Amino acid sequence: MQIVSEVREPLVTGGKTHKDVTNDICKQIEGPPAPAWLASLAASLIALGIGGYYLGDLLWNGIGKWGLNKSVQWAWDITNFVWWVGIGHAGTLISAVLLLFRQKWRTSINRAAEAMTIFAVICALFWPIAHMGRPWIGPVWAFPLPNTYGSLWVNFNSPLLWDVFAIGTYFSVSLLFWFIGLVPDFATIRDRATSKISRLMYGMLSLGWDGSAKSWMHYEAVSLILAGLSTPLVLSVHTIVSFDFATSVIPGWHTTIFPPYFVSGAIFSGFAMVLTLMLITRKVYHLEDYITIEHIEMMNIIIIVTGSVVGIAYLTEFFIAWYSGVEYELYAFINRSTGPYWWAYLAMMSCNVISPQLFWIKSIRTSLTWTFVLSIVVNIGMWFERFVIIVTSLHRDYLPSSWTYFVPTMHDVGTYLFTFGIFFTFFFLFAKFFPVINMAEVKAVLKEANSKVYRARRTLVHEPLPPMEEKVVEKEAH
Amino acid sequence: MEKNTHFLVGIFGDQDDLLHGVEDIRKKGVKIHEVFTPFPVHGLEHALGYERSWTPKAGFMFGFLGTCLAITLQVGTMVIDWPMIIGGKPYLSIPDFVPVTFELTVLLASYGMTLTFLFVRGYLPHTVPRIFDIRSTDDKHVMAIDLANNSLSEEQIRSILKDAHSEEVYRRDFTEEENNPSFIKYVIDLFTNGVTRSSRIAHHR
Repeated sequence: MQIVSEVREPLVTGGKTHKDVTNDICKQIEGPPAPAWLASLAASLIALGIGGYYLGDLLWNGIGKWGLNKSVQWAWDITNFVWWVGIGHAGTLISAVLLLFRQKWRTSINRAAEAMTIFAVICALFWPIAHMGRPWIGPVWAFPLPNTYGSLWVNFNSPLLWDVFAIGTYFSVSLLFWFIGLVPDFATIRDRATSKISRLMYGMLSLGWDGSAKSWMHYEAVSLILAGLSTPLVLSVHTIVSFDFATSVIPGWHTTIFPPYFVSGAIFSGFAMVLTLMLITRKVYHLEDYITIEHIEMMNIIIIVTGSVVGIAYLTEFFIAWYSGVEYELYAFINRSTGPYWWAYLAMMSCNVISPQLFWIKSIRTSLTWTFVLSIVVNIGMWFERFVIIVTSLHRDYLPSSWTYFVPTMHDVGTYLFTFGIFFTFFFLFAKFFPVINMAEVKAVLKEANSKVYRARRTLVHEPLPPMEEKVVEKEAH
Repeated sequence: MEKNTHFLVGIFGDQDDLLHGVEDIRKKGVKIHEVFTPFPVHGLEHALGYERSWTPKAGFMFGFLGTCLAITLQVGTMVIDWPMIIGGKPYLSIPDFVPVTFELTVLLASYGMTLTFLFVRGYLPHTVPRIFDIRSTDDKHVMAIDLANNSLSEEQIRSILKDAHSEEVYRRDFTEEENNPSFIKYVIDLFTNGVTRSSRIAHHR
């Protein structure tokens, strides 16, 4: 039996029926593409094209085209890698962790968030591959394959290799989880399709799904186990990403709080990106009844929590740098905040620690404009966080003669643009050809959303309604 | 009467009506072939008397296989085949092997379990489903009762279904070809005759 809070806002507003859900979501796939969609796709393809030019030049001439130098050997490449992986985390958090906690509000946003995860991880994977310089021989560096290049096997003691396995598994499992969730919705589209091509394509994608009760039973069990496996997986991924830094002996990186600090930062930036994308999708596709203000408020609350955890981590790092009595550690942090990159530190602090605190005010966290602006501010802040951690820890090392100031080149900017091109091209294609909202899951929460809870709330909070005509309300589900 | 060919189909609009309907119908001695729903209806598997899903067990076994493979891979390469001193660590540095072992366990458990589920249940890209009523992927719950499997007459089952608040009851017969659909034939049919005629998954009317 399901226990539903009687004062909870309905998850789906507008008195939608099951049929309405199918119609509202399938409409976007079946209709002709909207002019706004075509323009957005064209802009993404232009970004991809311009970025592709810089990527081609980079591969042809080598990564010396980036602004890297002997002191700062890692800069935008690893910054962007960590940034994109972090963005991906929100999708898994919404679909897996919120499923385990039985948070039903996730049903309207999990599909798009998972899609975002997959595309963000593709963008993240791009960076280490590009940094290889010669990616065509990358597989023997990254995977335990027999080869004739130097030592025979990869080094399983290295966090960089753990990253290969962690990100590889994360991408594969997220893709599987996303696809399994899509199968029943593909069947719905297949059964509505009027053109031969779409019936065949969605038919194959739906794997001949028929929605039998026995299959649903197995399906639910599989989804629950996948959620259970994805939850430690998502935590392990950013933990291992933080090990890339934390297991080194560089002052500013060699910090034991990195794993929880990175994971909460990842969720923080991921939710901000979900909000940016969902606010646009909601507007363009008229999904106001499915992604309600309450959904947005919930995500903003998670942003306050994770943003505050990140803020405490920044302060803890600083305190420990002083308290440890290690002069190099302390210098790294003083240099971070007052050295030549003070502006990046200021951007990080103001965007990540101060700006999300505005969400304590209810009118701000329920305002679409504020949410949209702050979601972008948070992502800018999280990019600067990685930049600050990476570049400020490297640019002044133990030898003042090798101190330097990192300046990005057009190739840094161009390849970053390329990943934006990949991300948005995939996202817009997804938004047109795949159902952006999980129809089956929304239908499953619709009834309690529409009748029972809505009525109880109206009766308790507002004015009582006339007696119910529906006979089913008193009955208990098993 | 031939089995798995002649069905009585009952349509339910509401999930709670369906759940109570399934219980009532089974109590009256009618054997239900299967129920097709557009979304998972919780408790339906209990009402239909299905055993618990075996998929978690498959997941555990594949996960265990992943753990074993990961340990074999790391110990085999780092300790047995080509031992090297890296950062002064012992060859067999167990803590260093934890992340990869964990990741491979998760990878094999997820893929093993999900693909086994899809293969065993026959959900493959070339599967042509036998759909009783096309609305079962939209907004209706479709109950199928195999007439050959029941001793009660068609009329008796009809009235039992009506008593259980079924919105609509009709007879659905499948041909030999519809029961064993071929993907190749389905595609050829689709492209020669178009969507409406070719689709075995069209509405009965």
